[in-house]
Amino acid sequence: MSEEKIGELKEANDVQQGRREFLKNVCVSSAAALVAAPASAGTVAEASNPDADVTVAEFFQGNFVLMSDEEKKQAIARLEKRYSAQYKKKTTVSDTAAPDDVLFGYALDISKCIGCRRCVHACVKENNQSRNNPEVQWIQVMKMPKGNIAFTAENLDKGYPEKSEFGDFGVQVGGNAYRTAGLSTEDAQNYYNDELVPDQDFFYMPVQCQQCEKPPCVKACPVRATFRDHAGVVLIDYNWCIGCRMCQLACPYHARRFNWAEPKLPAEEMNPKTHYFGNRPRMKGVMEKCTFCVQRTREGRDPACLEACPVGARKFGNLLDPESDVRRVLSTKRVFRFKEEYGTYPKFFYYIG
Amino acid sequence: MNMALSFVKDFTLYAFKGGRMYYAWLLFLAFFILVGSYTAYIQFTEGLIVTGATDQVTMESFFANFVFTAHIAAAAVLVVAPGYFYHRKDLKELAVIGEIIAMVFVATGITFVLFHMGRPDRTWHIIPLIGYMNFPNSMLSFDTIVLNVYLLLNMIGVSYILIKKYAGTFHEKQLAIWFKPIVFMAIAWGPLIHIVTAFVLGSNARVGMWATAVLPFAFLSMAGASGPALVVLIFLLLRKFTDLEIGNPAIDLMATIIAWSLGILTLVFASEFFTLLYPSTEHAASLVYNMFGHKGLNHYVPFFWVTIIALLSSFIALLFRRVRHSYDRWLPLVCFVVFFAVLIEKPMILIFPSFSPSPLGEYTEYHVTLIEFFNVLFVWAIGFMSLTLMLKGAVGILTGQVRHHSAPAVSPSGTQGGI
Repeated sequence: MSEEKIGELKEANDVQQGRREFLKNVCVSSAAALVAAPASAGTVAEASNPDADVTVAEFFQGNFVLMSDEEKKQAIARLEKRYSAQYKKKTTVSDTAAPDDVLFGYALDISKCIGCRRCVHACVKENNQSRNNPEVQWIQVMKMPKGNIAFTAENLDKGYPEKSEFGDFGVQVGGNAYRTAGLSTEDAQNYYNDELVPDQDFFYMPVQCQQCEKPPCVKACPVRATFRDHAGVVLIDYNWCIGCRMCQLACPYHARRFNWAEPKLPAEEMNPKTHYFGNRPRMKGVMEKCTFCVQRTREGRDPACLEACPVGARKFGNLLDPESDVRRVLSTKRVFRFKEEYGTYPKFFYYIG
Repeated sequence: MNMALSFVKDFTLYAFKGGRMYYAWLLFLAFFILVGSYTAYIQFTEGLIVTGATDQVTMESFFANFVFTAHIAAAAVLVVAPGYFYHRKDLKELAVIGEIIAMVFVATGITFVLFHMGRPDRTWHIIPLIGYMNFPNSMLSFDTIVLNVYLLLNMIGVSYILIKKYAGTFHEKQLAIWFKPIVFMAIAWGPLIHIVTAFVLGSNARVGMWATAVLPFAFLSMAGASGPALVVLIFLLLRKFTDLEIGNPAIDLMATIIAWSLGILTLVFASEFFTLLYPSTEHAASLVYNMFGHKGLNHYVPFFWVTIIALLSSFIALLFRRVRHSYDRWLPLVCFVVFFAVLIEKPMILIFPSFSPSPLGEYTEYHVTLIEFFNVLFVWAIGFMSLTLMLKGAVGILTGQVRHHSAPAVSPSGTQGGI
């Protein structure tokens, strides 16, 4: 109902009208105002706060994967409206599906990695993580001692059991035991703060979501908020997650991060090109993790961490395409999967040189 | 309908009637509920950041306490079972008390789970049809089902017995045809909620300390110790302060159950510790951290030893007849120790240390925050408040002090009034 029509109605009813008529008109005009409101709130500047009805509708929103196309469209429109208002810039939320006949895979050369953590920060920037207190990082770089510092001559004479008045039973645990060498999480430093990288006595291994073919996290989710899409990427519906953290318990790679508080994402640092299952801003109390930059890779681009890597240690591509970078690595290099004994069949491979 | 209304009215009126000590106890609990409402408000507005949990140690004390309430709720069947399986007449009379304990602590446990969840407002997502339940893949969906069914079974059992007794129509031979199956199902369901809860933890291969086949046995034996410990304390209090008659044999049976549950627990611990520590592979890392600390992080060490020593010495103490029969001194003391030892065991041995080392080798100490602590007390206070009121009302009905006016008169078993 337009403004003019309401005006006409009001004019038509003169002073003689009864109380009942008057009330009826008030109702009509306020209903018209309600209808008119969303239309005028179309521009970003006007709507500083997302409307209450957006919040309510979002609360009753269903599981995105199981929604009808119409419901999906509405949900996306709601989110775009809310984000645009909240971050004061035009935000797009895409729900582009993954291309057919694609199985995404990743390969990382641990002999090239210098531990600069540019991938970590590029990821935070691209994926709209909480920025400070806490800064949520999806990639964790382990700094592990090389084998050359594991053995010392002074430990030669030490060992267990030692010779004593009870007799000599022979050394059963050598003095150089309990020192790790090579690829081991045991003495890994995850929060190193070096001015210069790489440190000569250490090597580095970045760990992020391994996009398992048999993901234990998906199995553990009681509401199917996390799932594996047909391109093999494990994703999360942030609006459906109940925050029970069973997936975090199940993950043997420490890949999942929980929003313990409301994420702190400054509007000027927010990346407005988002995907529903990817980098759209999250809310408190939900899980998040690496999605292989679903907002980029579903459109044929490379993940942000790959683009940021200064030494080219990261390769990404379609595991079904023999010409892709990943496939080339798999066919020519010595490749291994991290924690392969857990039987999760990651599509994230590590290789040496 | 009239009967139900007057039942609720009389039951509530009686439950709130009591002496000075009774009101002091209720006020004591009300204090924690008051403080807890504020801290709970903070948690629900700020998020779980106000707890000590991190991405490394992702389960907080709410989850630990939930496991403990499952212990108590499951063990309540040990009051019901002897009456119905072995026809112990004295315990059959008291079965309703066991069911009340089960009912209250399952509800308390569910409340703890709500505190544990990041988005308690989205709990409805797990309800089939309006939400989506990932059944039968997720172990948590199994747990949701068994807990709620157990709650329901006990609610039915408790209200049937109490209303029947209130109306004076509770006769052993004329019970509803569905009542016995419900009671037997509840008895079977008690261990079930516990085994499923153990599987919720044990299904996580990456937490080495939980991925062990003895976990359900550890849970059941700890339930068999801590649950009856609470039951003994409640029995002793009830017979001291109310007219309810509870004979020594009932309490002796509970004491024996505690003793041998602790005995089995000792074996479970011993086999677990041996299997881990002799080869001392990476699976032992969490236990070693718990026992001896790791590079100066030794927050859990005293808790570990105190708990183990408390459980072991309680077991030995309960082997002595003199301790088991010392109803006003040693037995309640031992029961108190067992209850608290198992309560402390949950966060400080079962939950927190198991997360270190993390999958990427990090060691983390968990420090419970003040808000979290008061939230835990909040839920416990609500639990104990409902337990107190439910038991008080039930005692009124069992002793015949609360009756419908149409009910046939019974000779009151005592002359003193109330607590």
